Amino acid sequence: MTDVAIVGIGIHPFGRTDGVSGLQQGVHAAKEALSDAEIEWKDIEFAYGGSSAAGSADTMVSELGLTGVPFMNVSNGCATGGSALLSAYTTIKSGQFDIGMAVGFDKHPRGAFNADPEAAGLQKWYGETGLMLTTQFFGMKIQRYMHDYGISSDALALVAEKAFNNGSLNPNAWRRDPVSKEDILNGMMVSDPLTKFMFCSPAEGAVALILCRADLASKYTTKPLYLKGAAFRSRPLGSFEVFSPSLEIERGPSPTVGASKATFEMAGIGHDDIDLAQLQDTESGAEIMHMAENGFCKDGDQEKMLQDGDTKIDGKLPVNTDGGCIANGEPVGASGLRQVYENCVQLRGAAGKRQVPNNPKTAYTHVYGAPGISACTIITN
Amino acid sequence: MSTQKPIADNLFTWPSDSPKLIGSKDTETGRYFFPAKNSNQHEKVELSNKGKLWTWTVQRFLPKTPYIEQVAPEDFKPYAVGYIELPGEIMVESRLVGVNPEELEIGMEMELTIEPFVKNEEGEELLIFAFKPSVNS
Repeated sequence: MTDVAIVGIGIHPFGRTDGVSGLQQGVHAAKEALSDAEIEWKDIEFAYGGSSAAGSADTMVSELGLTGVPFMNVSNGCATGGSALLSAYTTIKSGQFDIGMAVGFDKHPRGAFNADPEAAGLQKWYGETGLMLTTQFFGMKIQRYMHDYGISSDALALVAEKAFNNGSLNPNAWRRDPVSKEDILNGMMVSDPLTKFMFCSPAEGAVALILCRADLASKYTTKPLYLKGAAFRSRPLGSFEVFSPSLEIERGPSPTVGASKATFEMAGIGHDDIDLAQLQDTESGAEIMHMAENGFCKDGDQEKMLQDGDTKIDGKLPVNTDGGCIANGEPVGASGLRQVYENCVQLRGAAGKRQVPNNPKTAYTHVYGAPGISACTIITN
Repeated sequence: MSTQKPIADNLFTWPSDSPKLIGSKDTETGRYFFPAKNSNQHEKVELSNKGKLWTWTVQRFLPKTPYIEQVAPEDFKPYAVGYIELPGEIMVESRLVGVNPEELEIGMEMELTIEPFVKNEEGEELLIFAFKPSVNS
């Protein structure tokens, strides 16, 4: 069976773009990806795409061209982009088509997400009484983790400080001004122990990727990248997830653990082979916990790693080199593909001021979201 | 005194001198659920009214809808939220009352209380469950 290559990448800058719809941002990213692969829309044999709040991806055909292409909408919360990518991967692997596109975009109103209890299978009182907030979940999960594994508030601030520093080196990032550790710690408390600078915000943006059979990749690019592993998991019994009126006393692994393990097995490589990683950082604590859930360290080791700068761009394992969700915001449909985009830029050696040194060869992504889903990828050059 | 009623049916026993949360137990697996599941495979159970604080946070900004407290953002009073581990049963998410956030500690003993929340359009006071530090802790 053929491998799958990524031969074109496109992005619409993240943040706030007044007057440009989420769908238009998706079209922008799609056109950029086509141009990057030096092909035209008519060459695309299939597409998968989605957004959570900005409309149906398949309506892009009215802007990109009415070629009759099968364009399938994907809706999977924070894993929408990841699921589009995974679907594109299996479509090529199956031999059905040779070249296609995965695209994710979004545009959310300002402020925290407001949730609908009944749409999430919950009772109305849960929302009415003020328990249904994602921010509370993140505060409570890291609060317990800090208690169990000795992680400090200082470590939370170091994650955010790194995100803003990396964002300042990324022309497509939303937050491009560094923020000091002291300002992060002294920022307004949102949900203890997390201050406002430690959280990402809902935002806007789009990413598109062109994928093809690996044996055809040289037609489109001199620097093909290979999608070696990709897996998606929903929550197992005992995981601690957002919007849970109750939890099992016996704790179990998160969906991330299963998705990560499957991705490494599929790629046939180990953690030592990974040169850089993009890990879901909805807030600082999430990045810390996800370092362990993805197997890059033991629970509790993060404190020293952060104090030593191991996850900075020039560290042993650079994490969220583009500034992550904290500096880019979270357009739900686009977020997972942004991580893959950044890894492609890094593996091409085209990341400019934020380039990871020593020619990185293998890169990892991990996205996580409600109601307990996770998708991971491994890409090599 | 205005009429009081629980914000939802089948959430806690009321009226009662010793109210309890109403959960359910899967008769095959023995797993506990809260709120109770309506299923032939589940039996309704009254959950323990005492437990330990497993984790906590503080809601420091006024939530958007579907939150129903009618208050101006500047008048909003932050409230604490946590999970209480009810021994041998389940952990339930709840508001925490009768304690300053600075005094909250993982592992502290907590007990169930029923508290007035907001008035509905008919002027009835809606009651919610919460947990407060145990008096003897």
